[in-house]
Amino acid sequence: MSAASSPSRLGRGDRLFLAAVIGLPLLALLVFVWLPALASIVLSFTTWDGIGLSGIHVTGIDNYRQIFTNYPPFWPAVWHNVLWLLFTALLPTPFGVFLAYQLDRKIRFTRVYQTAIFLPMVLSLAVVGFIWEIIYNPDTGLLNSLLSAAGSAHHIDWLGNPHLNLWAVLVASGWRHTGYIMILYLAGLRSFDPALKEAAALDGAGGRQTFFRIVLPALKPVNIIIVVVTVMESLRAFDIVYVLGGGTGSKPGMELLSLLITDNIIGESGHIGYGSALAVVLLLVSLAAIGTFLVQTFRKEDS
Amino acid sequence: MTQQSRTPLAAPGPGRRQVVGRLFGLGAAALAAPVLTACGGATAASDPKTVTFGSNGADATPKAAYAAVTEAFTAQSGLKVKTNTVDHDTFQKTITSYLQGTPDDVFTWFAGYRMQYFAKKGLCSPVDDVWEKIGDGFSEATKQLSRGADGTYYFVPLYTYPWAVFYRKSLFRERGYEVPRTWDQFVALAKRMKKDGLFPIASGYGGGDTWSVLGAFDYLNLRANGYDFHTSLMRGQVSFTDRRAARVLDLWRELTPYYQPSGGGRSWQDAAQTLLDKKSGMAVIGLFLGQQITDDAVRADIDFFPFPEVEPSHGQDTVEAPTDGFMLSRRPKNEEGAKKFLEFLGSARAEETYMRADPSNLAANEQAGTGSYNALQKKSAQLIESARHISQFADRDSDPGFVSTVLLPGLTEWLSHPDDGSATLKKIESQRSRFFTA
Repeated sequence: MSAASSPSRLGRGDRLFLAAVIGLPLLALLVFVWLPALASIVLSFTTWDGIGLSGIHVTGIDNYRQIFTNYPPFWPAVWHNVLWLLFTALLPTPFGVFLAYQLDRKIRFTRVYQTAIFLPMVLSLAVVGFIWEIIYNPDTGLLNSLLSAAGSAHHIDWLGNPHLNLWAVLVASGWRHTGYIMILYLAGLRSFDPALKEAAALDGAGGRQTFFRIVLPALKPVNIIIVVVTVMESLRAFDIVYVLGGGTGSKPGMELLSLLITDNIIGESGHIGYGSALAVVLLLVSLAAIGTFLVQTFRKEDS
Repeated sequence: MTQQSRTPLAAPGPGRRQVVGRLFGLGAAALAAPVLTACGGATAASDPKTVTFGSNGADATPKAAYAAVTEAFTAQSGLKVKTNTVDHDTFQKTITSYLQGTPDDVFTWFAGYRMQYFAKKGLCSPVDDVWEKIGDGFSEATKQLSRGADGTYYFVPLYTYPWAVFYRKSLFRERGYEVPRTWDQFVALAKRMKKDGLFPIASGYGGGDTWSVLGAFDYLNLRANGYDFHTSLMRGQVSFTDRRAARVLDLWRELTPYYQPSGGGRSWQDAAQTLLDKKSGMAVIGLFLGQQITDDAVRADIDFFPFPEVEPSHGQDTVEAPTDGFMLSRRPKNEEGAKKFLEFLGSARAEETYMRADPSNLAANEQAGTGSYNALQKKSAQLIESARHISQFADRDSDPGFVSTVLLPGLTEWLSHPDDGSATLKKIESQRSRFFTA
């Protein structure tokens, strides 16, 4: 190996090698991520049916105007995305943390519980969708069978009723999300120095105090990951709704931004420009959410 | 970790840079691969002895039926057919990119606006010369269905099937029900069935089956406002807030109390099963209902009547009978062979071969033997023959994007709480111009 002995001097070959190793992935990133993103932004100011490049016509901000003022599913979709974020952040995420904290104590069969709770995470969201489809089936589903066995004559259309179906889907997604958060947090807890906890106990801290004053602040990196994961999962929510909605696009009561994008782009007569405009809206929302968060955390760390 | 497991790290092997270099080469190859294969795909497979065929018949019955047809063609012409089968829904969703990429020479598709759209966009080839040879076998109405807006043939039909109101004969006999001819009789019958503890109208439009509500929508519009209005409405030439469109929802609302509850979460197959089990009295559905029946005794007991008359001036003059068939892609690799294949597909022999394997349809070719038809097929053929107009289906007579992203969500949401429909129609109308200006 002919590497230069002095670390400050790089030979010609080294420089070429470095340029290639950094340049090519950069090129791939540009071509496969940023170029399509830019193309989306450009296309969002046009109308295009997806057939032949000559079919592209520039229409300015018309798509955006349409989306914000005259697209019935748009505002429900935004609201559903927000609801998704709130629900996931307020129920399954804290519950996952709670489970992790309980399982970290030396209780019996902790492995069995861990496996059981983590199991849904092994399944893809699409498969989770199929499982819950069977549970929610109005005639033969588990849920309605239990209800009728309990003497209720009500026939509940879990996935068909536009006022109910989003909640039905949220429960299904929460079922999986809890396990994910639990395993993330459990990993953090395992690396946590037990001496700190002992010290807190010696100082007379109770269980709750120990958790909120000692464990939670000490696990800040894991907390950040959990928040980022939760926000990301909420914004990119798609597959489970797609499956539970029958795989044909958005359904009344279950509109999400991601679904509206595919509604307009994938299909027989695509509205590529219109769908791109929706995608840009989602991109901006995502950037705002993730950006604010990252800036905040890193600024705190720097100071 | 034992000492032993660490040894490989220290063992002499390829140097770091060598490994990185190799990985890097692999990465570059992976990046280049799609480009290379794309180039290869365009030039390969121009074998004059092979015709490629893109099929959406992925279910067992149509798959076997198409296999029988292609085998018969190979036996007759010596040309090989390479069939590329794709799931029905996926085929539909990806059709635009499929036709622009490297499509198969011949592919399955639907008659109506849906075919004319791609013809207008130049994504398929005219097949006038094929029609010179097969034209005698088809009725004028079928010929009309096979032409684009420019009067050129683009489509070779294979089979068709009618939509109607299906019921079980024995149930009607036991309870003394009579087949209704007018709207009032129909609603009265539904009311009576409800009193008798049945679900009067089977309903299942959950998941991906929302399209199944369109049968009722189409028929109500056809019966109340006639074929011409229906066509203009579906092609975006009339406002959805027109009072005639509002009338359709008014009529529908008379019927919704008699729909089987929770339809929004049930598949059409489960709904159809309740009809077969005599839990539901009637179902507005297509002849493909037959694919659900496994017991021949039940099959013999199934019957249908045409959707009842609403306005006497329109009577029952239109039958909704979607037609499926084949098209030729825009730059077929083996044009001569593909046209020979289309000629064969339009022949009575191909029809008969197909029908033997899939008896839940009707042959589009009139010269095909109908001797093997069961009672339902015979009655269906009569129904279609007697029709003054033949409509396809909402999503075939209209812009499919409009139907799937605007009309269907609107109608299914309305069905879950049927009101006077003015808000629903306004929502639908607000999106119309987006789909029908080009």
